[in-house]
Amino acid sequence: MGELFGLIARTARMMVGLPDYGAYLRHMAEHHPDQAPMDRTAFFRNRQDARYRGGGGRCC
Amino acid sequence: MIRKHAPWALLAAIGAFALAVVATSRGEMINALWIVTAAISVFLIGYRYYALFIARTVMRLDGARPTPAVRRGDGLDYVPTERSVLFGHHFAAIAGAGPLVGPVLAAQMGYLPGTLWILAGVVLAGAVQDFMILFISMRRDGRSLGELVRMEMGMAAGTIALIGAFMIMVIILAVLALIVVKALAESPWGSFTVAATVPLALMMGVYTRWIRPGRIGEVSLFGLVGLIAAIIFGQSVAQSSVWGPAFTFTPLQLCWILIGYGGIAAILPVWLLLAPRDYLSTFLKIGAIAALAIGIVVMAPPLRMPPLTQFIGGGGPVWSGGLFPFLFITIACGAVSGFHALISSGTTPKLIASEDHAPVIGYGAMLMEAFVAIMALVGAAILDPGIYFAMNSPAAVLGSDPASAAAAVTAMGFPIAPDVLTQAAKDVGEATIISRTGGAPTLAVAMAEIFSHVIGGNAMKAFWYHFAILFEALFILTAVDAGTRAGRFMLQDLIGTVVPSFRDSGAMVPGLIATALCVGAWGFFLHQGVTDPLGGVNTLWPVFGISNQMLAAIALMLATVVLFRMKQDRYAWVTMLPTAWLLICTTSAGWLKIFSSDPKVGFLAHATRFSEAAERGEVLAPAKSAEQMARIIFNDRVDAGLCTLFLVVVLAIALFAVRSCLAARRLDRPSVHEIGGEAAV
Repeated sequence: MGELFGLIARTARMMVGLPDYGAYLRHMAEHHPDQAPMDRTAFFRNRQDARYRGGGGRCC
Repeated sequence: MIRKHAPWALLAAIGAFALAVVATSRGEMINALWIVTAAISVFLIGYRYYALFIARTVMRLDGARPTPAVRRGDGLDYVPTERSVLFGHHFAAIAGAGPLVGPVLAAQMGYLPGTLWILAGVVLAGAVQDFMILFISMRRDGRSLGELVRMEMGMAAGTIALIGAFMIMVIILAVLALIVVKALAESPWGSFTVAATVPLALMMGVYTRWIRPGRIGEVSLFGLVGLIAAIIFGQSVAQSSVWGPAFTFTPLQLCWILIGYGGIAAILPVWLLLAPRDYLSTFLKIGAIAALAIGIVVMAPPLRMPPLTQFIGGGGPVWSGGLFPFLFITIACGAVSGFHALISSGTTPKLIASEDHAPVIGYGAMLMEAFVAIMALVGAAILDPGIYFAMNSPAAVLGSDPASAAAAVTAMGFPIAPDVLTQAAKDVGEATIISRTGGAPTLAVAMAEIFSHVIGGNAMKAFWYHFAILFEALFILTAVDAGTRAGRFMLQDLIGTVVPSFRDSGAMVPGLIATALCVGAWGFFLHQGVTDPLGGVNTLWPVFGISNQMLAAIALMLATVVLFRMKQDRYAWVTMLPTAWLLICTTSAGWLKIFSSDPKVGFLAHATRFSEAAERGEVLAPAKSAEQMARIIFNDRVDAGLCTLFLVVVLAIALFAVRSCLAARRLDRPSVHEIGGEAAV
């Protein structure tokens, strides 16, 4: 049940262009252990700006 | 072998039977579920056999080949994403107002032509396009359509495609804004609820920025509560003797409000207005689509629209022209939509975890959009055809009171009494439903019909109507805002090729100039549509359809070039067939819009009729002065010029495509420009 909820939450966030923060942390830990990852707020703002930089990919 | 295909054969039989029922019923009403059953069967079989054939044999997808998300993974732009999550992302990006509006407009020819075109179009053209572009971009680091055209067809072709894409964007924004104008004009309830979303979004923006950053779910729930409160409260506002008139706008006033709003919204920081409204509109859209599907199944309504009307030959009041070629450009999104090529070469290819996921996401999400289009068509077709034509014919045909409208619609062959029209307006809490063109109000009446059947009964109809209007207006406004920003960057990029300092996306002055140019461009067409005698949708929707289908043709030509370059010539028919069909439809529709001698269809014939009258000193309705006559003539010529531009763009790309294919054929080895992995042979 918790797993299903997690999937729905991740899908909903991705629908508005917010990727998974956990996946970002895992990526940073794995590939850039020397760098401090952004915190959740910075990550959120970074992704929000990125989504709308080119207009925010959306169709008619 | 038999065991593997037997269930599919059964499904094919069910689908064929449902289609036969849909196609052969004459005289008696059939149930909407026949169309739904036929559509689902066609989509499943199309996916199982055609999409997988394209994946395995034509593209030769390789699940072991690392995708851009794997090769360049950065946890931000490039993230290997679960298949179902990415499906949601992609579907939310491609599904907008298009698949809801086009089919409603197409219903003037009856439900059958639209249904057949959506089913055939999506399986053979639309989903193929989305899938192919996703594939091509996925093998090229997730680059955008313009860059892909440049890579595979050369610099000049890329620039031409970019100019075309910008013009298409302008027309899309204008026609979307026009739909909002048509839906909100003279409707204080609707205008209030939509206006209320602005402060609501601002509050949500502040909340996600500073109070609880990143809590999208939470803030969206608050927003939803606010929206529902706005709809409920809107009724009192509309009835108030002070606030009712304050929120009652004429189309022209709304036009200027939208232009002003579009300009301001596009320069505000994204977190303040655009992002929070994006959350609301995305979740509302997905929720409303799901609810509509459930509602149609629960209600199982009969289709009251006949399968074919007399307007298949042309002369329909909703839009001009005959079935060929105009049906095929009226329903663009839902059957085949060129704009999806921009999405399929946007964020999705950077997020895909494995090439094996591409069929579900590229082809599957488009099938889902076609299903949305089918539901919109069903919605229009369950209404009394008398109401449908009273809502969608221009005021010039109907007059403005129920008696004249009922008489005009009855004369078309769809008998209806004036008090039915009055009652229908009262049911949804509006002063009138006559000549509420643009598709959105019609769909809202249909959704109110379906939703109130499931929840709330007649008493809730007005609520559901305004809920539907709000849902459509909300995501159209989000698209207008986001589209203006995208158009601004496109324009800065284009001007930047001449004046390099324009490229700097952070600079203030170029940004303001490009934004103003972009708003001015769509604002011009919006204003033209609002002041158009035939109601604007009649004129602008075909231009939008032509441009959108031309972009699709460009995308499919790119796909054809890539297949030739991959040395997969023998399967190039997969993209050449839909390309040919789109070229035939768009060039003949474009040609007719420019040169048809029927003033209702051809822009130049219309301009000639007005300029000849002007020379004689006459003033033709709806113009009331010589100055308005001159403006109509000018608009006609601009529209003709625009169609010419689209024709030139698409034909130029066609020449580049043929040249690239021939060059690829002369080589004895593949010549694709794939990035990462060996070139697929």
